[in-house]
Amino acid sequence: MDWVAIIESTFRGLIGEQFIYFALAAIGLNLHYGYTGLLNFGQAAFMAAGAYGMAIIVTSIAPRLNDDEGIFKLSISEGWMFVLGAFFGVVVVPVVLALLMGIPTLRLRADYLAIVTIAVAEIIRLTLRSPRFDWLTGSSDGLSGFTRTFYDFSPFDPSGRYFFNLFIGNQFFLVLVGWAVLALGVVLCWLVIRSPWGRVLKAVREDEDAARSLGKNAYSYKMQALILGGMFGAVGGMMRAIGFSLAQPDNFITDVTFFVWVALILGGAGKVFAPVAGAAILYAVLGFTDVFLRELVANDKVPDSVLSGTQVGQVRFMLMGLGLALLAAFRPQGIFGNKEEMALDDR
Amino acid sequence: MRSTNLTPTVQPAWLRLVLGAVVVLLGLVAVGGPAFAQEDDGGGEGATETVGGTIVARDDTGERVGIEGVTLQVIDADGNVVGEGITDADGVWLVELPSSGVYSVELLVDTLPDGTSLRDPDRNILTGVEVQPGTNKNTLFAMGDRQVSDDNTIVAIQLLADGVKLGLIIAMCSIGLSLIFGTTGLTNFSHGELVTLGAMVAYMFHMVYGGANDFSFFGLFNIWSNGRILGIPGTNSLIFAGLVSVVVVGTFGWLYNKIVWKPLRHKGTSLISALVVSIGLSIFFRYVLLFQFQGRARFYRDYQVQSRVDLGWFSLEPKDIFIILFSIFVLVCVGLALQKTRAGKAMRAVADNRDLAESSGIDVESVIKWVWITGAGLAGLGGVLFGMTENINWEMGFRLLLLMFAGVTLGGLGTAYGAFLGSLIVGIFIQMVTLFDWFPSDMKNVGALATLVLVLLIRPQGLLGRSERIG
Repeated sequence: MDWVAIIESTFRGLIGEQFIYFALAAIGLNLHYGYTGLLNFGQAAFMAAGAYGMAIIVTSIAPRLNDDEGIFKLSISEGWMFVLGAFFGVVVVPVVLALLMGIPTLRLRADYLAIVTIAVAEIIRLTLRSPRFDWLTGSSDGLSGFTRTFYDFSPFDPSGRYFFNLFIGNQFFLVLVGWAVLALGVVLCWLVIRSPWGRVLKAVREDEDAARSLGKNAYSYKMQALILGGMFGAVGGMMRAIGFSLAQPDNFITDVTFFVWVALILGGAGKVFAPVAGAAILYAVLGFTDVFLRELVANDKVPDSVLSGTQVGQVRFMLMGLGLALLAAFRPQGIFGNKEEMALDDR
Repeated sequence: MRSTNLTPTVQPAWLRLVLGAVVVLLGLVAVGGPAFAQEDDGGGEGATETVGGTIVARDDTGERVGIEGVTLQVIDADGNVVGEGITDADGVWLVELPSSGVYSVELLVDTLPDGTSLRDPDRNILTGVEVQPGTNKNTLFAMGDRQVSDDNTIVAIQLLADGVKLGLIIAMCSIGLSLIFGTTGLTNFSHGELVTLGAMVAYMFHMVYGGANDFSFFGLFNIWSNGRILGIPGTNSLIFAGLVSVVVVGTFGWLYNKIVWKPLRHKGTSLISALVVSIGLSIFFRYVLLFQFQGRARFYRDYQVQSRVDLGWFSLEPKDIFIILFSIFVLVCVGLALQKTRAGKAMRAVADNRDLAESSGIDVESVIKWVWITGAGLAGLGGVLFGMTENINWEMGFRLLLLMFAGVTLGGLGTAYGAFLGSLIVGIFIQMVTLFDWFPSDMKNVGALATLVLVLLIRPQGLLGRSERIG
């Protein structure tokens, strides 16, 4: 048993890039579910919005604007296209998506919202996969080649290893930037929640009718929360695409949303720090079990008929599903949450 | 959850939930384990990602026979050949891959035996074959002549017939979903896994236990011999396996309600928490099924390939005609049972107004139990029928789930007849939308999901739903 590898993998889960992507998405989901009571099961769509908003602008649109054969024959530098892509991915596309998702459903009961958000996320993913839009989205292969501007800023040697040899240069840069973005996100979320606007969100969550009778437009507040939380999800998705150097439709399957949910509920919905803590714990556990089980299999500690190398990846999903079910049933407030705050009723 | 029990149960419900889950898991491992370990010994031991498939053609009698000695090359994104596979006597090939990613697979046409050709000669290279980490990816190369369409066939009517078939299957699966929602308020996201389970259990009885190898249940008694239970002829047929599957999935539904949902109802878990629990269990069951049955698509042996029967404006395979007639029969029976029998009336009463039903002396818990049993059994049956028309794989139920939700929402959540009507419309819509040339056929499910969103915008209570406040 290679215990060093197991500890490394656990530690990497605790602070590494996976944690950052999902913590950002979970902060967004916390705004949806934890503070406003919206059952958004389409956070993967917002993550895809961030990834593809960036990738489409830099990889698919830029050559068509700039080339001599392009329509406009502009000469925008790659750096500016990256900035434009980031703006599209974080602001424009999530806003459009939130309006698309929210207009038919925010007036409805929570379970309808859950069904529709899952459906919209699948619509987006299947559309991105479709060969019909290959020129724009790269269909099932996805898009790549949009990360150069980002990594050009990296002061680290791409082939060097950093931080106890855990990360190679580019990854380390991504993780550092990710931590900065995450810190910014937490502060922003904290400020937003203690503002009067945040208090209205909580009021809408607790009793929508009461909030409405006080003259607050609950529908509009829910929409604003959906947009803001979606933007956090988009940042997470964009970081994820940059980390993979690839935006691919099947990186945004429904299961991705469920991982975000586990991170949120594990930490405790309705607390500013909880999604970050939840994501860290979730990925530390997953990092541990993944390598631990692989080591068990590699060292023949378990017979192949019980668990083979192929099946290790499936165990992580089983744990995730069972964890989500048990948490929701027995500790809906998570580790750090507060039960009174999360006493959500059906509405 | 609308709980009638004011005092919380003393028995720790969490313990029962955990134990129940463990029992289910162990049961599946114990039952499916030995058989499947045997069957999949060709699978990539040691390697974590593989790509494979089966090259089959039909012989003169319509039997599927494997083609031996066909060479397939797997090419990575940079154009390097990363592996080569040659089909064995059953036409099975498998290539181990260095990592997950996107590959293309080329069938070397020169290695095909004489007289055999690809159905679509341009598809000898499959591009964009995505292999997820730790899974096997199946590829399909269709052999033989394309089905020649008859002159009389009117495309629209052909699509309508296919749509009716799909719609009836969705309807069968979703009646339980709708009735469970109606009686308990639970939006059950794990309903799709009941569909998969149904298809898989039938597969197990039909193909594995019904295969050549004897199987002894925990070594206690050996009832399978030569693929037949107690040597009785017919016990390895798909019809028998399907019946067994309905019983097994119905029993599973009963246990599922008893072990998970009843304790949660009594605990007073909110509907939102219950919804999240069902999502978690959906993922759990789905990956237990993947764990047991592997990622590749499977097919039933019986009724696998049939020649189409010309019915004038359209043609169907005999099994499709059977599926349509049988589904209509089952659904009419369900409708009559709901309308005429005491149990059916009680179900509708509870779905309509639980408290009123209870104060009229209806045993609500018993009604819910029967809703779960019948709903799960119907979902299992739907899974078998769906597996007959397409293939059997671990995600089939989850893919169907969103279409079921579309159908149920369209018809009106909580109503049995609404689920029937809505599902039929969704099925027909999915097939008919390919009539339009501008609509990409790979996006036909997108169209169905988009209608779900549109329905909620225009008529949120669905076609047959009562106009009530759901916002």
